[in-house]
Parts: sequence; structure tokens; C-alpha cells
Amino acid sequence: MSDMFPLRVTAATSARRGVRLVGPVDLDLSGQGITVVVGPNGSGKTSLLAMLHGTNRLTAGSIAWSVPVDEARAGQAFVFQRPVMLRRSVLDNIAYPLLVRGTARKTALMQAKTWAEKVGIDGMLDRPARSLSGGEQQKLALARAMIGAPRLLFLDEPCAALDGRATREIEEILKAVLSEGTRLILSTHDLGQARRLADEVVFMLHGQVHERSPATAFFAGPQTPEAAAFLRGDIVE
Amino acid sequence: MGDLWGGLAQAFWLVITFDADLLEITLRSLQVTLTALVIASAIALPLAAVLAVRRFRWRRAVIALLNALMGLPPVVVGLIVYVLLSRSGPFGVFGLLFTPTAMIIAQVIIIVPLIASIAHQSLRELWTDYHDLLISLNVSQSQKMRTLLWDARRALLTASLAGFGRAIGEVGAIMIVGGNIDHATRVLTTAIALETGKGDFALALGLGFVLIGLAIAVNLAMHALSRTEVEGRW
Repeated sequence: MSDMFPLRVTAATSARRGVRLVGPVDLDLSGQGITVVVGPNGSGKTSLLAMLHGTNRLTAGSIAWSVPVDEARAGQAFVFQRPVMLRRSVLDNIAYPLLVRGTARKTALMQAKTWAEKVGIDGMLDRPARSLSGGEQQKLALARAMIGAPRLLFLDEPCAALDGRATREIEEILKAVLSEGTRLILSTHDLGQARRLADEVVFMLHGQVHERSPATAFFAGPQTPEAAAFLRGDIVE
Repeated sequence: MGDLWGGLAQAFWLVITFDADLLEITLRSLQVTLTALVIASAIALPLAAVLAVRRFRWRRAVIALLNALMGLPPVVVGLIVYVLLSRSGPFGVFGLLFTPTAMIIAQVIIIVPLIASIAHQSLRELWTDYHDLLISLNVSQSQKMRTLLWDARRALLTASLAGFGRAIGEVGAIMIVGGNIDHATRVLTTAIALETGKGDFALALGLGFVLIGLAIAVNLAMHALSRTEVEGRW
């Protein structure tokens, strides 16, 4: 299978009922590393991710993958800020993406078990997914996203509701996923997390990419006064 | 009060002596209503899923209509089915009037809106939960519906049981299209109406208690089969 990267985004805009959610955005993405999207609440982080993923409608501009869009879509997965738990067991939740693609149930469940072990929730396979704690649910969501072996994984503030320990565990899983060659795009409002994970930083403001730099450069000296203020912890509006 | 005690005693005797007539009309009640329930569920549950998942032009109108039809008067349904099935009606050639089939048709019409409305309510809630994930996974429309129907199966059981409750206790429509013919279309509710009319309150009450017992037994059986309310499940 040919690679879906590089991704070229040109003047991409997403709007709903005439209200612009994000854009116009120009962005070129290569196939390696973690891009961390930061910015104040309402700056369009989630909308940007959803637009790139294809779940928010593209109303103007273009998002050009290096492969046909169906193929690109199949190579992506999305982890939500509030994980969606199906009313099924942990194991069935993780296996679900394979089952809807028509994988044999036995194979799907075996792979689900492997992924449950990788994220460390293999002790609770038969429990209802909704009875898990927040951190466990997010790990389940990660396993479910990764079971389809995506080339690109979106994570929308995956640790927003988690405590330090759960966050660290999630980040370790992410690093493992990254080392296996998955491209990550992660949004966060936790600057510590951005520092720990980012290869490059996209700073969003008012629905647009305000600044984009390699992580070291961004944290050493942002180019725009708004990004500098945001890094200082000032309120940016 | 005397009638009530008489009724209880009568019910008791009817049941423990395995009264042949009672057994026959009880089984017919079950046969008609359970058949109607299966057919109505097969129509209403997929319909509810379509209404929850798909966005089409007349969706709101259909939902509003279904909600309104929940209170459909059985007598009127019976009358309409009667006219349709009568010898001079459009379906008269099938000769269905005054048969259990006609009663099933009437009951299906009565309970489809009820089951579909209740089922749609719970499927819609589940769909708002699942929406983001299923859209992200790019699953097909039919897979969405299957996922929702399967994961909401316990709520759907409640919807079906509501339909069963309405059908098993219904008398207006089946009296008209069935005709309450002995050994042919007599069921518990029509028999109760008949005995009450004849002034045999004890027998009518006895049949009534049997009917209530039957409804409870069927509900318990369905819950047991689907293992609802078992700890650790939904």
C-alpha cells in the first residue's frame, strides 16, 4: 500500500450553518512524528482535527492525501476527548472496528486481546466498558483506535480529564505507537504534555493556524506575541 | 366484594382443573398476540433504527405521526380493518374476516406505532452517544443500525413488552374483526366482555385474573430469557 503522506491542506475551511468553525488553513504534513495542536478553548483545535479526519464537512479549500480519499480514511483513527464506550464488554469494544470491517470474530477477538495487553487493561476484558474508570476508558479507546493499524492517529485532548498517573501511562503508550511508525496529531491544552511529546507545534487562534514551528524552537522562542503570551500563561483571546 | 372473591375462587378452579375452554381461549390469546408482537417488532424496530440514523425529508413528520398514532383507538382500527377485509372490501377475496389472522392484522396496526416510538426514543439517545465514533469509523448505514439495535436490545425489549401489554389486553379491535366466535376467534378479553354482558361476573373476573396472570408470566419469561436486570449487565 502506498503511503498516504505527505498531506497537503490548502485553504481548508469547515463551517456549520454558516458559522466558520475553522479555516482557512494551509498545512503540509509529512509522515513522521507527533504534531501537537495547542491553543485556547474555542480556537478550533477539535474542529481542525475533525476536518482533517473528514468527519467535519470541508466547505472550502482542499485536503489532498497522497492516496485516494477512501484509502486515506481507512488509514486513520480518532480518539475523542470523552471516550465513546459501546454498551459491550471491553473485549468487544476493542474488536468492534475489525468486526465492522468484516474480520472473522475469532481473529478480531484475538487481536483485541493483544491490544488490551499492550495498553494494560487485559485484566478486565469481560467487564462492561462503561464500568471502567476514566483512564481505563481512554486506554480502551486507544486500543480500539490502534487495532485497525492506522497510519495516522488523531487524539483530541486525550488526557484532559485524567490524573497524572493515567496521563503518563497514556503518553507511554503513545510513544510506543509512535516508534512503530504511526503518525500522531494530538491536541492539548496541557503545555507540559506538549513539551513532553511534540516534534512540532501548531498554535491555533480564532480558527486559524497562527504559528507553526518545530517544538524546540516554539518553546524556546515563539515568533508571534500571541503564542508567547499563551506560553507565559496569559489569557489569549 | 363478594363478586371479587367469587372471581378469585372461579379463577383458581378454572386453572387447577385445566378447564378445556379456558385453555383453548388462553392459548388463542397468546397465539394471536405473540404473532402480532413478532410481526410488529420486525416492522417497528428496524423502522425506529432508520429514523434514528438516517436524515431524510419527512423524518420529523414520520416521528410525529408515530407518536400521535401511539394513542390510536383500537375500535377505530378494528372498524377500518373490518371494512378492508369485509366481503365487499378490497381484501375481501382472502376471506380473512372473523379469523385469528384478521385479529393479528388489527393488533399489528395498533402496536407498531407504540413499539416504534418507544424504540426510537432509546435508539436516538444511544445514537447521540455513538455518533462520533461510528462516523469516525466510517461504518455503513446498515452497520450503524445493526450496532444500535444490538446494543440497545434491552431497551427494545421494554418497547416490545409495552406492545405486548397493549395487545394482550385489547378488546375493541379484535371484537370487531374477530367476532368473538366460540372455538374460532374467542380470546380472553372478548370472553370477559361476553360474560360481563351476560351478568356472570364471577366467570368474567376469573378470566380477568387469568389474563393478568398470563401477562405477568409472559413478561417474566421474556426478562428471564434475555437476562435483564442481571448484575453487571445493562
